[in-house]
Amino acid sequence: MAMKDPSQTRVVIGMSGGVDSSVAALLLKQQGYEVIGIFMKNWDDTDESGVCTATEDYEDVIKVCNQIGIPYYAVNFEKQYWDKVFTYFLEEYKAGRTPNPDVMCNKEIKFKAFLAHAKSLGADYVATGHYARVRHDETGSTMLRGVDNNKDQTYFLNQLSQAQLEHVLFPIGEMEKKEVRKIAEAAGLATAKKKDSTGICFIGERNFKEFLSNYLPAQPGNMETMEGEIKGQHDGLMYYTLGQRHGLGIGGDGEPWFVLGKDLERNVLLVGQGFHHDAVYSTSLIATQMNFTTPKQIPQQFACTAKFRYRQEDSPVTVKLLENNRAEITFEAPVRAITPGQAVVLYDGEVCLGGGTIDEVFKNGEKLTYVG
Amino acid sequence: MTIYLDYAATSPMHPEVIAQMVEAMTIYGNPSSVHQIGRQARKAVDEARVSIAKSIGAKDTEIIFTSGGTEADNTAIFGVAYAQQHKGKHIITTQIEHHAVLHACEKLEKEGFDITYLPVDSTGRVCVTDVQKALREDTILVTIMLANNEVGTIQPIAEIGQLLATHSAIFHTDAVQAYGVLPIDVEALGVDYLSVSAHKIGGPKGIGFLYQRSKAPFKPLLHGGQQERMRRASTENVPAIIAFATAVTVKKTVQYETFKKRMEEIWQNNGIMYRVNGVQTLPQIFNVSFVGTDVEAMLVNLDMAGICVSSGSACTAGAIDPSHVLVAMYGEGAPELRNAIRFSFGFATTIEEIEQTATTVAQIVSRLVNL
Repeated sequence: MAMKDPSQTRVVIGMSGGVDSSVAALLLKQQGYEVIGIFMKNWDDTDESGVCTATEDYEDVIKVCNQIGIPYYAVNFEKQYWDKVFTYFLEEYKAGRTPNPDVMCNKEIKFKAFLAHAKSLGADYVATGHYARVRHDETGSTMLRGVDNNKDQTYFLNQLSQAQLEHVLFPIGEMEKKEVRKIAEAAGLATAKKKDSTGICFIGERNFKEFLSNYLPAQPGNMETMEGEIKGQHDGLMYYTLGQRHGLGIGGDGEPWFVLGKDLERNVLLVGQGFHHDAVYSTSLIATQMNFTTPKQIPQQFACTAKFRYRQEDSPVTVKLLENNRAEITFEAPVRAITPGQAVVLYDGEVCLGGGTIDEVFKNGEKLTYVG
Repeated sequence: MTIYLDYAATSPMHPEVIAQMVEAMTIYGNPSSVHQIGRQARKAVDEARVSIAKSIGAKDTEIIFTSGGTEADNTAIFGVAYAQQHKGKHIITTQIEHHAVLHACEKLEKEGFDITYLPVDSTGRVCVTDVQKALREDTILVTIMLANNEVGTIQPIAEIGQLLATHSAIFHTDAVQAYGVLPIDVEALGVDYLSVSAHKIGGPKGIGFLYQRSKAPFKPLLHGGQQERMRRASTENVPAIIAFATAVTVKKTVQYETFKKRMEEIWQNNGIMYRVNGVQTLPQIFNVSFVGTDVEAMLVNLDMAGICVSSGSACTAGAIDPSHVLVAMYGEGAPELRNAIRFSFGFATTIEEIEQTATTVAQIVSRLVNL
């Protein structure tokens, strides 16, 4: 797709009140685009004095937009977020899996509801402060990893379709995080020194266990070894994820203990000693909701690399497409802690091809029923 | 070009008011001082007080200058509640009051007062018999706005005043939106307290007044000096008070009546689906729902087209909260909560601006509903 002259191009940028989207907005403005800053309010969290937790972030959006000289607005997606992201999040935990709300938020909110809102404002593009790159040319729109390997966020963007991607700009994808900070500081942006947000957006800095227990009943149960030896009590299976070490509280001699899996029927958390415990390794998986971001035709079977978690090193894999948007993904070497509910994201060099949701995990062709 | 149709939020200052205020800034004395410079300021404030009192048929001693409408509302509500709590703790208000009233009442509720929040009908009007039914022996205050700030519906204040003539409850009305548009006479309305703000009528921000009927029960909010006959401590905002009086007396000739009609004509000619919220409304407030649109997209599109209007109130994180007024009129979940726009007019509004706004609205609505 040929791009219009920036001065004729209206870009709506999603601003979170953080340094990344602040700098993204600044860069767009410097490139000559007509830029509109919009703050998304996705979660209703009002304290007793009637102040919502999003207030400070919005205040920062106001300051930064005024510094850059662009108009700013807010939009409320609480209902969409609740229906599409939070409901999914709870359902997955109920099913004993480890959901990835950021992937869902990008798919359903930032690049669907927000994109639709931007189009209703006559926008040619939406932009965000993600560390990813998108290349628009005659063949279509291609997503590439962010230049900052440590910050690359394509993992969370794997569910974007070509139709969504063609309306997307990622202004800071060509930069390292420290450059972004430097630009923010040089421009004196109000968010230049602001701490990066951590954790899931709607939980924020709060205690995850406590938050989840407000929505899902926790059922404590036994922690057992694969051989059935009881090692202690867990607080509720949903609080644990595969490969996790912390929070088990199992003492004694030898190597540290890790989560190997969950037996949902018996409400048992399976644990074992040693980071490299054999039970936590697998050799293939079945993914659902496979989506390809690229404009290119995807062959039925191909080799590429994959990430199974955010910030993980790539692993070489072979992908075989199945019906109903499923795929069988076989690893060249066994991989540790493949977790149902998380995303599997495929790469061809710098290009992020797309991805899916890890649904089933296998070891040498045998399904591992205990992972979750 | 910018078209400003958000006078209910705030009005630009009238040019004559600006000129008067700039001049008044040279009157620097403290009205409480016992020297000629002080007396000069005192004289100017007194003259302003007289002309402002006259505008509502009150005596000058019955006017308390405040920092604005919110302080006037708070002063009346807390002042009466604390002065009368030995007689009872029941207060009657409505669900559609400005937050300056609602949140003051909620605060009192936390302190142990008993508040009745009366409903309104789908036109935004409170029913006099509902007030009558809610009245109790221990009712110490009834506070109901003269006209609503979001949809403009005029409330039956004089009837309620009549009803309360035989009851010991004190009657307060928030007249912030109605003042300067509707003729107001405190005797005819039968109110004991009435709140007004200057910046809705072409005056400066940061100044308002509270009418207090002589000897109506009262406890001040602010303590300190003896200003405002010991009812509101703080050195008078002399230039703002003088400018306020000018805003009250300056001649404004706006053909409000023609505005709404003309907008509706244009929308009808363009086949726009709309619905007016509120019946028997203030002539300068026009709250309209555009079927099939979303308020957030509408407001931004209008702003980008240079047209400044509003809708309900934004939360502290900028998102548009469903209006409590429309919720009271239509119930939770009604489509009007997501598609209502408030146009409000003032002294500088022209018919050309009205026509251009209506035409632009028609274009935006057509585009949004066909998206």
